[in-house]
Amino acid sequence: MMNRARWLAAAFGLAAAQLGAAAFADAIANDFRPIPAGRFESVIAPQPGVTAADVRAFDLAITPVTNAQFAAFVRAQPAWRRGRVAPLFADTRYLAHWPDAETPTPAQAQQPVTQVSWFAARAYCAAQGGRLPTWHEWEYAAAADATRRDARADPAWRQRLLDWYAQPADELLPAVGQSPANVYGVRDLHGLVWEWVDDAGSLMVSADNRDQGDDPDLLKFCGSGAVTMEQKDQYAVLMRVAMLSSLKASYTTATLGFRCARDADGESR
Amino acid sequence: MKRRTTIAAFLAALCMPILAVAAEPPADSIYQLQAQLTDQSGRVSGLDVFRGEPVLISMFYASCPNACPTLIAAMRRLENRLEPAQRDRLRVLMISIDPKHDTPEKLGELAERHHADLQRWRFTRPEAADVRGIAAVLDIQYRELGDGEFNHSSIVTLLDREGRIVATTQQVLRADEEFLGKLRALIGAL
Repeated sequence: MMNRARWLAAAFGLAAAQLGAAAFADAIANDFRPIPAGRFESVIAPQPGVTAADVRAFDLAITPVTNAQFAAFVRAQPAWRRGRVAPLFADTRYLAHWPDAETPTPAQAQQPVTQVSWFAARAYCAAQGGRLPTWHEWEYAAAADATRRDARADPAWRQRLLDWYAQPADELLPAVGQSPANVYGVRDLHGLVWEWVDDAGSLMVSADNRDQGDDPDLLKFCGSGAVTMEQKDQYAVLMRVAMLSSLKASYTTATLGFRCARDADGESR
Repeated sequence: MKRRTTIAAFLAALCMPILAVAAEPPADSIYQLQAQLTDQSGRVSGLDVFRGEPVLISMFYASCPNACPTLIAAMRRLENRLEPAQRDRLRVLMISIDPKHDTPEKLGELAERHHADLQRWRFTRPEAADVRGIAAVLDIQYRELGDGEFNHSSIVTLLDREGRIVATTQQVLRADEEFLGKLRALIGAL
């Protein structure tokens, strides 16, 4: 009798904890946190010879967008349904992990949506009155830990990031919002999924800004030379840059999701 | 009389769905992208302004000191290699990545400086929010560097009449013969 009561209590407790996690994810997944303006050393030089990037105040979503949220968007805008979307905007793996074109499984509902293209991510954020964050905005917010705005010089912080990248990609992604909030109240910037940024098509990576390719007839970049990468010891962040810069805007992958941002005045830029 | 009306009605019914289908660009056409362009004369259009004709399309910015004039010269060099009758069919659409600075006046000055045939060429600026999407469908990378400077990849893309990508070239210092061959074949097949 006693055992049974204990078992029931444990079962209810577990169910409550699971419900709690889902409800928690639901509650914060639509929320934004203000990120104050600031200047920081970026891995992507904003200009040749200039390493400090200025970021204006903006709002960033607390978590990446979930499958449930993205499903609601697809139902509202059928042009973004799997099977309906133009191949120009999304490759054949787009939302292929959902059992049907409009509905993720209950287990997927609170997981971050993946297998979405840059075009689809952008359309989603625009539909919410927002936009994708820029790379500098994302990197700036992601430099923080629970207590510091810029934790990047801390070897322990760097190691935690690298440990995540060293983990095998999990079959089952956790629900969003499970990781501790950073100093801004934003979660999951590391350790869950890669994330699209608005200027993913800008992350032109060249170790040297004199590098314009070997073929003199092939003038690769028009303007002042390719962007250089700084702070080459920030491996974990540089891996993200390398990954994003290798993708075309229609590509989708099982580990790449996104979150939205807004200008601080509540309007998209 | 009645029969003629019936036939006319029948033909109209037959044609209408066909016209409706033709209005939608093919799924792999870049004309699927909604974007608004304003040209050097202030005319507003979509990306599909030259739909129905083969198009050379590229992105640039008017204040670019070195490479963009080279890019425009390369496109003129390509069309100059065509027979006049073929050249008449070709359209050229230049799209600015710097809509803040590239006003219709500036675009007009640029067109004049390059002696572009404005019957067939348009220098345009998109709405600011549309620049990234256009660059993405053309696989062009760009970044604003501050001080009105940009980095951008110099890619010339050939579109068929429906806005599908037929060929691209990054060779801008001399004519890309393979690209030119595809351009001739496309116009020749019209």
